[in-house]
Amino acid sequence: MAELENINPSVYKKTEERPLTENELNEDVVDPIDEREVFDLIRDINDPEHPLTLEELHVLEQSRVTVNNERGEVFVNFTPTIPHCSMATLIGLSIRVKLLRALPPRFKISVEITPGTHSSENAINKQLKDKERVAASLENSHLMQVVNECISITKQSQ
Amino acid sequence: MPQQLEVVQRLTAHKGKVWSASWHPSGKMFASCGEDKTIRIWSQDKNDWVMQTVLSDGHSRTIRDVAFSNCGMFLASTSFDATISIWDKKGNEFECNSTLEGHENEVKSVAWSVTGNFLATCSRDKSVWVWDIGANCEEFDCAAVLNAHTQDVKKVIWHPHLDILVSASYDNSIKMYKEDSVDNDWICTNTLQSHTSTVWSISFDKTGNRLISCSDDNTLKVWQKYDVNNEEGIVTPDNEPTWKCVCTLSGYHDRSIYDVSWCKLTGLIATACGDDNIRIFKETESSNKKNEPTFELETKILAHKQDVNCVKWNPVIPGLLISTSDDSDIKLWKFNVKK
Repeated sequence: MAELENINPSVYKKTEERPLTENELNEDVVDPIDEREVFDLIRDINDPEHPLTLEELHVLEQSRVTVNNERGEVFVNFTPTIPHCSMATLIGLSIRVKLLRALPPRFKISVEITPGTHSSENAINKQLKDKERVAASLENSHLMQVVNECISITKQSQ
Repeated sequence: MPQQLEVVQRLTAHKGKVWSASWHPSGKMFASCGEDKTIRIWSQDKNDWVMQTVLSDGHSRTIRDVAFSNCGMFLASTSFDATISIWDKKGNEFECNSTLEGHENEVKSVAWSVTGNFLATCSRDKSVWVWDIGANCEEFDCAAVLNAHTQDVKKVIWHPHLDILVSASYDNSIKMYKEDSVDNDWICTNTLQSHTSTVWSISFDKTGNRLISCSDDNTLKVWQKYDVNNEEGIVTPDNEPTWKCVCTLSGYHDRSIYDVSWCKLTGLIATACGDDNIRIFKETESSNKKNEPTFELETKILAHKQDVNCVKWNPVIPGLLISTSDDSDIKLWKFNVKK
């Protein structure tokens, strides 16, 4: 593997598991999709460089996830560990792919860099927003292999 | 009050995103394409639109765009597999007779010139290619590789009467090209700059003197041509007509606008938006048509369950609109003029 860009990233504690509520256990109640649920879908995505999750690196935080269940909108800000991180697009794509696969198709998913945390945030945001380019990436087997490795839970550190 | 835009029929054969559709010049047939790597040909059987053929062996990846030639004898398809296929229409059968290669990656759009002389294609590789069409469409020679854009080129269209080519790009600009009569070289004559994000699509009005563009910046822009020595005194560098943005329609769309179609029969403008809606705009009657045109929203309808990717007015039947969506559906709509 190539040299690590960020040799010594700060590592943070994982969030506690969410206790299930009575309504969630009741099959007859329709639960709206909320911030915590979306965060749970993406927090365990692996960092492409480190054997750590995006949550542990504070790339993802629940407070940077916004959901409007009624309008079918999900908005995620992610914070690259360093402002020149060359993996930022790949990380954003992994978040997007994970949510595309996991959420019902009625949701419009926006994945953007936390403002002010990356030197090319506008260019990366534009790429991640371009659904045609995202669709083409999904057909690129080499790229999808890398993305799938990031998304897969089996390689996750314990 | 009856809905101004009413669904005529919903067609559900595709799997996954339906990226594009194109009317046959007769208005009695259309082709659709998408993520499932197929082209489907539809035609009218009495009052219903029915699928006539599936062309499934042309491309190895998503088919992004399809276009019928103006003579109606040929169909071109472009794919993320970096190729363009040319299909011969023999009666009701379609046969792939040529595959055009040269683009380095995804081919995004294809258009036949109205004169029948040229085919244009554009790609993620930032280039626009002009292909010279030989007799009977048996040969396609590359006449030009135009590298004027600095990013992914999303769309190519031709002028409704002339061999003038227009392209729209991820670099936020629109460019125009023509063949230089002196040395037959294709040159970029105009760069139209005003959008602040990707220009997804463009459409001429019937005169070819006005162009509309739609963008990821959620706006539509109307561009007017000003000829050399125009009475408005607009500067025309290099003795080429100048194109100026004379109207911006903002505040109407909530998300990216993926396609726009300016009807040559009725003058109505339809848009395909990432907020699942189709909107219809009409030029206001009191509008100063040339220098400061104004347009009003006629109607807006929640048309699909997901992003609308493509809208096209039928070239023969006024008010008949086709739309395609990420939700796998194709829909046909009828626009009823307000009484």
